[in-house]
Amino acid sequence: MSIDRMKFSPKRQMRSFSGPALYMVCLISVLIGILGLAVLVIEVLSTGLPWLSWHFITDYPSRHPEEAGLYSALMGTVWLMGMTSVLTVPVGVGAAIYLEEYAPRNFLTRFIEINVANLAGVPSIVYGLLGMGLFVYWMHLGRSILAGSMTLALLVLPIVILASREAIRAVPSAYREGAYAMGADKWQVIKGVVLPSAIPGILTGTVLAMSRAIGEAAPVIAISALVYLTFIPSSPLDRFTVLPIQIYNWVSRPQEDFRGLAAAGIIVLLAILITMNSVAVILRNKYQIRSEE
Amino acid sequence: MKSQTPSPIISVKDLNVHYGKFHAIKDVSMDIRRNTVTALIGPSGCGKSTFIRCLNRMNDLMITAIVTGEVNYNDRNIYSSDIDATEIRSRIGMVFQKPNPFPKSIFQNVAFGLKVNGFSGDLDEAVERSLVQAALWEEVKDRLGDSALTLSGGQQQRLCIARALAVEPDVILMDEPASALDPIATVAIEDLVRELKKEYTIVIVTHNMQQAARISDETAFFMVGDDYCGYLVEQDETQKIFTNPSNERTEAYITGRFS
Amino acid sequence: MPREDFERNLNEVQDDVVKLGSMVEKAVFKSIDCLKNRDIEGSQQVIDEDDVIDDMTQSIEDRCIDLIALEAPMASDLRGIISALMVSNELERMGDYAEGIAKISVAMGNLPPLKPLIDIPRMADKAANMVRQSLESYVNKDAESAYEVVKSDDEVDSLYDQVYRELLTYMMADPSTIQRATYLLWVAHDLERVADRTTNIAERVIYLVTGSPMEKF
Repeated sequence: MSIDRMKFSPKRQMRSFSGPALYMVCLISVLIGILGLAVLVIEVLSTGLPWLSWHFITDYPSRHPEEAGLYSALMGTVWLMGMTSVLTVPVGVGAAIYLEEYAPRNFLTRFIEINVANLAGVPSIVYGLLGMGLFVYWMHLGRSILAGSMTLALLVLPIVILASREAIRAVPSAYREGAYAMGADKWQVIKGVVLPSAIPGILTGTVLAMSRAIGEAAPVIAISALVYLTFIPSSPLDRFTVLPIQIYNWVSRPQEDFRGLAAAGIIVLLAILITMNSVAVILRNKYQIRSEE
Repeated sequence: MKSQTPSPIISVKDLNVHYGKFHAIKDVSMDIRRNTVTALIGPSGCGKSTFIRCLNRMNDLMITAIVTGEVNYNDRNIYSSDIDATEIRSRIGMVFQKPNPFPKSIFQNVAFGLKVNGFSGDLDEAVERSLVQAALWEEVKDRLGDSALTLSGGQQQRLCIARALAVEPDVILMDEPASALDPIATVAIEDLVRELKKEYTIVIVTHNMQQAARISDETAFFMVGDDYCGYLVEQDETQKIFTNPSNERTEAYITGRFS
Repeated sequence: MPREDFERNLNEVQDDVVKLGSMVEKAVFKSIDCLKNRDIEGSQQVIDEDDVIDDMTQSIEDRCIDLIALEAPMASDLRGIISALMVSNELERMGDYAEGIAKISVAMGNLPPLKPLIDIPRMADKAANMVRQSLESYVNKDAESAYEVVKSDDEVDSLYDQVYRELLTYMMADPSTIQRATYLLWVAHDLERVADRTTNIAERVIYLVTGSPMEKF
């Protein structure tokens, strides 16, 4: 039974051209993105590096560019991120566990799921206004870090929930079955088998969320207002400012020097972001090696 | 040699399972005697896996599964409303077709069942005992902290057996435990089953008729009817089933004559 | 059709057993015929043809062993193969008895006949019939017919008693007849053994068909 060769017309000549051509197109697309980013980074570095110094990091802002620093904004950012993660992770992971493991497959659950997905797309300023009305005024928390972190937590919650759900869903059902078969009840299965396996994914989701939160200026401005602070926070109820706000503050000054300061601020912000992401990658790899040999 | 028949350790009466509208197995009644190996054979889709999962209420985890009838374990129906499924599963354990050790260390895998069931004795000793019973101790005793996923397929399956043995069940259910393993690992599992039946009762689903013939004391043959519903055709001593079965459908299946 | 090759092999083995059986049946007939008619040449042929019977038995045995090793036969297939093995073995032994009778023919040579042979040919007839009937019941898987074979062994046994007593009388009356009488005694003995072996075949058939040995039938 021989194949009738005439029925096939593979156009091999054409394919040997179109293959590499497509490769070039994709490569160029990637390079455009990288190039754009590279240009930005180079611009920022060249403007900002001269202004970057130890005193820049440890001094408070000032009207005189030579004496200005971003200590208050830096500490504000650290406090804000810390509190946001403390609020977001338990709530987000808990919601993900509920949706994946406990929720019945009915209309209500579907409704919740759709809403969670939609919330991820809501403009962040809306969260800012919500936070202002709800936390700052109605709960009388004032323009505090607590109000700010609660607002940001709401903002990034959908990301954490979605990522955690994916991580939980990715745990093979074989593990669950094995645990049930030994007489474990639902919570023991979740605690002992599902969560430990899902941690890499949950961690990634959390870092993703924090990376988004750290750069959000709009909602934080709504909460804390554009402030010129010369102290660092010492309690959750204190006033605060964050790096994006400080950077914006400098950018909107007319003097040339402040642009340099702003660029330096951006460098610091980027450095923090890169560090956070690296830590997450390291942590994820460490857990992944343990679970997937 | 059979002793004076004490009541069977598991007695199934009129078991029916539906998955939603689909009638999976119909009116199955059979007994399983203590310290025996009972093999369940039959073509694909005849309901053997469904049946075995009813014996330890694993079918509860399927939302669409509806089980009617009785499964009596030590003369008590495990499906009655006052029985806790997790307790049943600690007395009737299960080993699955594809080895599924947790992504934890070897020690933690075996200890999991103990912790979950609130074991208060010496954990190290219990883990060692289970691994010895599963004929795995010698191979892993120096590396209990290694990840279970570094073991070979056959070793992983023995680890899963050790895990099940750790909680000291009465019955061990095995759903095609050797079908994902190479011939050497398969022989190891079969030898283990022969050894285990001295202390435990074993029910094993297998696609491999020669395996059923080799290791079981009793064999139950399931078949799928014209209504796509599984049912029990014949259950008897293995020796009889494979040399002179009573039912012609059993004969046809065993001699490979049905298409 | 599932397991076509295996089915074909099983049938071929059975056919071979039947072929072997008819060879043996012919050998028994011929050996007695040649004894009656003092046909030395015919008897020699029976002796030579026993080799063919032995070879055939060996080939049946080899095929059965291969089938067991390679096809993992179960239930009725297994009983069928085991029965073919054992039946062919019995047939081979019966062939040896026919050869024995032929050798006696040759040894007797041209000695004057002791007496007209009446009972011995009757025994031979019955024995040959039993051979045929046992083989038919094997082919047709007929347990009833096999059972009849088992019962008819009694007739052959009583004929043997008769022959034995008659020859004994001859020997006691006239010692010079002892040589010829003992030859005839051997022939009768061989025929009685042939009949015995056919009952073994019949019992095999009953086991093959019902799955239980004869006592339970």
